[in-house]
Amino acid sequence: MKGFVLKPSRNLLGEGDRTKCGDRAAGGGNTLRFAPGPSTIPKQGLARILAFALALVATPALADSNLPAAKWANEQLPDPRQEAEARTLMLTLRCIVCQGQSIADSDAELAGDMRAMVRTRIAAGEKPEAIRQWLIERYGQWVSYKPLVEPMTWPLWLAPLVLLGLGAFLARGRFRRHR
Amino acid sequence: MKRFWLWAPLAGFVIFFGVVAFGLIRPDNRQIASQMVGKPLPAFDLPAGAPGRTGFSSKDLQGEGPRLLNVFASWCVPCIAEAPVLMQLKNQGVTIDAIAIRDRPEDVATFLARNGDPYDKIGSDTASRVQLAMGSSGVPETFVIDAKGVIRHQHIGDIRPEDVPEILAQLEKAR
Repeated sequence: MKGFVLKPSRNLLGEGDRTKCGDRAAGGGNTLRFAPGPSTIPKQGLARILAFALALVATPALADSNLPAAKWANEQLPDPRQEAEARTLMLTLRCIVCQGQSIADSDAELAGDMRAMVRTRIAAGEKPEAIRQWLIERYGQWVSYKPLVEPMTWPLWLAPLVLLGLGAFLARGRFRRHR
Repeated sequence: MKRFWLWAPLAGFVIFFGVVAFGLIRPDNRQIASQMVGKPLPAFDLPAGAPGRTGFSSKDLQGEGPRLLNVFASWCVPCIAEAPVLMQLKNQGVTIDAIAIRDRPEDVATFLARNGDPYDKIGSDTASRVQLAMGSSGVPETFVIDAKGVIRHQHIGDIRPEDVPEILAQLEKAR
């Protein structure tokens, strides 16, 4: 498999269902990913690549439920103000399956169910921050992308000030020498 | 003093390199533990997950316990691997209830006919509502629920034969 970097599906090891991810915009949904290397494909590798391509099509069938997406998972709320509120919140909530994506971006079914939950609750008049808090109570601070000001994140907030200060100090030294 | 400033960038780089190397070498852990362990099970009232069964409500667990609550689905591959182990637990006298995630009763019936039916009650959670309320992040997952209806333990992923002693110990602890 020269020229290919493979990250094999973990379906057979029994973890496929928990790791199935995809980008909504890209319409993905595979546990398999590969990064093509040089464009020349050796001939003897063709059969393997074909088998691999077949596997790409075959595996995800087992990793998805047979139910359609929940109501409001992919539909906007009729009230634009509420939809905007829901959207802002969804962009700052982490998908529990695809852990690097927000639920607004993720193609995972659980993310769809989370979007449906957010929209239903916003439509019922619940405040976005209350919904965020509800999820944090269940999954930990980790589920929210919104950065907090707390002892753990102080270095994060202070770093720009410290770096600016350091820069000013160094620049001052420079100017003095040139004078 | 001048010598210190000469070596400072290298020292900074070594620290940076160490942090990055530590992050790369440390095993990848993508499991998300539920923060609901130690808290009461959220209230729910689910319709029957399989034909000919009763529905499943959180009230059913009051005063009964400790029991296992298995979050599963007929479309979930590891759940098939887990089925014989759950059967073994049932044969050892453990009561197991289940919540079927995003599933159809007829599919659950097929799954149970093929892989065995260790379940007392089965609820159907078509939009993952109860799953989210419990802080569960996928299928399969298994929770130990005590007689007061409090979640005492969460097992993430399929229960393998080697996990059985831990599950039994957690059930004993929840007694």
